[in-house]
Amino acid sequence: MKDKIAEKLLLFVALSAIMSLALITFFIFQQGIPLIFKAGLGNFLSLKWAPTRGGFGILSMVIGSLMVTVGALAVGIPFGLAAAIFLAEFSSKTIQKTLKPIIELLAGIPSVVYGFIGIVILVPFIRVTFGGPGFSVLAASIILGIMILPTIVSISYDALLAVPNTYREGSYAVGATKWQTIVLLLLPAARSGIVAGIILGMGRAIGETMAVIMIAGNALKIPGSIFDSVRTLTSTIALELGYAAGDHRGALFACGSILFLIIIVLNIVAIRITSRK
Amino acid sequence: MRLFLVAVSLCLLSCAPNKGGVIIAGSTSVQPFIEKVAEHFMEKYPEIKINVQGGGSTAGVQATMNGTCDIGTSSRNLKPTEQELKTILIALDGIAVIVHGNSPVRDLTVEQIRGIFSRRIAEWSQLGVAGNEIIPVTREEGSGTRASFEEMIMGEEVISDACLVQDSNGAVREIIATTPQGVGYISVGLVDEREKAVAIDGTKPTLTNLIIEKYHFSRPFLLLLREEPTGNVKKFIEYVLSDEGQEILGSGGLIPANKVVAD
Repeated sequence: MKDKIAEKLLLFVALSAIMSLALITFFIFQQGIPLIFKAGLGNFLSLKWAPTRGGFGILSMVIGSLMVTVGALAVGIPFGLAAAIFLAEFSSKTIQKTLKPIIELLAGIPSVVYGFIGIVILVPFIRVTFGGPGFSVLAASIILGIMILPTIVSISYDALLAVPNTYREGSYAVGATKWQTIVLLLLPAARSGIVAGIILGMGRAIGETMAVIMIAGNALKIPGSIFDSVRTLTSTIALELGYAAGDHRGALFACGSILFLIIIVLNIVAIRITSRK
Repeated sequence: MRLFLVAVSLCLLSCAPNKGGVIIAGSTSVQPFIEKVAEHFMEKYPEIKINVQGGGSTAGVQATMNGTCDIGTSSRNLKPTEQELKTILIALDGIAVIVHGNSPVRDLTVEQIRGIFSRRIAEWSQLGVAGNEIIPVTREEGSGTRASFEEMIMGEEVISDACLVQDSNGAVREIIATTPQGVGYISVGLVDEREKAVAIDGTKPTLTNLIIEKYHFSRPFLLLLREEPTGNVKKFIEYVLSDEGQEILGSGGLIPANKVVAD
């Protein structure tokens, strides 16, 4: 009897989590989709974003989000993977036990602090060294790249550790060097875990808002170089929601719908890859 | 039990004057200033509760017309369709065009400012000043400050998509204060020593110039009423226009209405 009650209670709690996801999904699309139909797909996918004067084009923001995300991966993947390989293959237990929690601590720093560091240190550095405003794709990429490090490092590290030791022993037995073992054997064997880590990091980079608003400059124009300013979908929502009314508000929800779709696709891909044996 | 009764009656007492409360709604630019005045007012008259809400100037006009608030606020003049409301000018908010504190620029014409924000003028050398790229910083779509800037300075021209965008006066100021090539616009009262307000067409946005309306780039902060004020509403409006209320507005960087009228 008690078991039954506990079971029902847990079921209810589990369902309520799923219900809130369903409600959020419903609400975002219900608020956003009508605007897309009202404005027309052509307008919605154009470059002209002037929501108070009937321009609802989100293309430049979609491109901005993608550029910043690719930039973040370009920073995050090499450093993250290198850190994971070092931790899993080259360091002693003591080093692992010290370094891994420290890297994971990066995930606990609030994004506004990352943005602040970006404004105070990175942006002036880029402006002085490379010219331009400093508020740029490059600044956002570097900061986001650091922000996604913990995700990439810890998932890749776990994937590398999960490769059975017999693989390594076999490899050394046929005379492979440590480097050959890592590149030719361990990385391919741990591939699905590593790719999942990268995709989850990518989701974080696309969804990040506060740090990006502070350091990307938010100009609507599509950047011509990595030293130009850039506007992402998330920044647009956060920047403009304060005063938005009517169609403008709908357009921001439409941005949210698009973001939602992107994140869902990324997550499905990540789940597919990790469940593949 | 007695304590409980005391607590209940206290609660009832504090809830009772709700009927005599004043609800204010409208411009988000006016809101922080009115909130400050309301705080002082409620210290003086603890029995009158003032409730200040945002929503924007247009929402303020609507709410006043249909009576959902006692006093509306607006940071723009009323449109011809809104003329039925009574307006009370409480202060002027000047808009300053700012550059970095070390910038040699002191004076820009309206034409030059239009050029900078439409990106027709993209290099400082085009204005005869040393330095390369100009970095204009604007406010986000929907902002009241941006709307006033567009109306008063840009005219028919459109602010370029290549301008950096920030979502508050403070954020714009922060960028200009740290970017030697930057140009932005913020409320006059918020300009500090790290950046410099330029003269527009030869007129500096000083207090005097704003008061005698020689510097045209200011917007009115208005209270809106549907009918002659009575009771607590009247009391609050009188307080806003009193020397004390006006001083509070002035200390926030606005040009109090009593100074404008006095001249």
